[in-house]
Amino acid sequence: MSKRRSDWEQRPQARFLRWMRDGYGALDDQITTSISQPAAPRPDQEAMEAHDILVGTHRHERELALDRLAHYDLQNWANTRGRKVLGRLYAVLALLLGLILIYFLLNTVAFMPRFASADVPANNEVIARYVEKGLEETGAINIVAGMILDYRAFDTLGESTVLFVAACAVLILLRIDLDDHGQPMQQLIAEESDDRHYEPKNDRILQGSAMVLTPIILLFGIYVLFNGHLGPGGGFSGGAILSSGLILYLNAFGFQKAGRFFTYKIFMWVSFFSLGFYGVAKAYSFYMGANGLHSGIPLGTPGAILSSGLIMPLNIAVGLVVACTMYIFYALFRKGGL
Amino acid sequence: MWQALYDNLEQTVAVILFGIGFTILLLQRNLIRKIIGLNIMSTATYLFLASMGYIEGRKAPIVTDGVTDLAAYINPIPAGLVLTGIVVSVSFTGIMLALTVRLYRRYRTLDIDQIALLAKGEDMA
Repeated sequence: MSKRRSDWEQRPQARFLRWMRDGYGALDDQITTSISQPAAPRPDQEAMEAHDILVGTHRHERELALDRLAHYDLQNWANTRGRKVLGRLYAVLALLLGLILIYFLLNTVAFMPRFASADVPANNEVIARYVEKGLEETGAINIVAGMILDYRAFDTLGESTVLFVAACAVLILLRIDLDDHGQPMQQLIAEESDDRHYEPKNDRILQGSAMVLTPIILLFGIYVLFNGHLGPGGGFSGGAILSSGLILYLNAFGFQKAGRFFTYKIFMWVSFFSLGFYGVAKAYSFYMGANGLHSGIPLGTPGAILSSGLIMPLNIAVGLVVACTMYIFYALFRKGGL
Repeated sequence: MWQALYDNLEQTVAVILFGIGFTILLLQRNLIRKIIGLNIMSTATYLFLASMGYIEGRKAPIVTDGVTDLAAYINPIPAGLVLTGIVVSVSFTGIMLALTVRLYRRYRTLDIDQIALLAKGEDMA
């Protein structure tokens, strides 16, 4: 029994409980200290009564004092044990709410059409149009690419803009400004958020593998970008692969070398031109299409690399925005700048 | 009901994951864990959407050999919707983590209750 108790700390249950309670520590300490030593001494009831008899205070005043006593007790309880009880109650209620939510959702799922059956209501005439006419109208082998970059192109423009705005918001929140001499203005924050002194300098293994892998990753990213209309892939996945190659390079060779080809200026111009090109190109093609005019953009033969009209350039634009955004997220979270 | 749930196994798992994420949002006080909970919720949504689009015995919506028959391919729309969802989830995760970094720099804690207490104290001062 005692042995089990001694290795209790290492057991999975104890570790799970510790994990669940993590972050509660400081508040719990506060509660226990306030339990052991109350903030203000409780007014002594007997002494007060004796005082009343001695001085002969009025009945009304005595009731007021008793009220004050009750109020003190209640407040003390809410600050110490009550907080603990309410915390437990909150946890139980939250768990219950989660279970109720799962129960209702499961009930809904039980009444849904069978998984993988063809008569799901979502498979309606819209899908039929996309699948049957997609190749002919967009020229894209990949029906999904044809859908998101032709039929629903403004949706994708919105997505890219959301990514760009998110990158700008993170930039505003985390950027550490430099003064005229290139020194960070908030020295303390700059030193703290810079984690470069934790890592070994000039790691031979990392640098060697980055030397081999970075070009391959970048090439693969470009391949996925350029093949978005011919197979699985497209702007978003290609951009993510490109940015992972850049981040590998950054990790291996440091910010100084990466800063030679990727600066704020490049980020802004690449994002601006990609989004601008996307907006203008799609506005043109939608305007011409809506007015029944011929846009003059050839669809080409399906399957060729230069086919399906605007889809490949739009994929490249989206991919550039995604790559820039991911890279700048990483750089900002690591040291608050490029 | 159990048989129906077992038939829709993917969707069952998706809604259970959604509930777990929601409960994490309510239960955890640590901001990072709240963000992880929200991400679990969005992942559950993707699983649900993707499972709605799948049709038994059909192939991914990439035209092969020039066949443009409806009965040959699965539903392409959920793929596009999941793409939108992933982009939005990446964006909000980035912004929330950046806000968490700023909060930590100011209050030196990730506990949301303590941050609220400290912020209240600042308001009073």
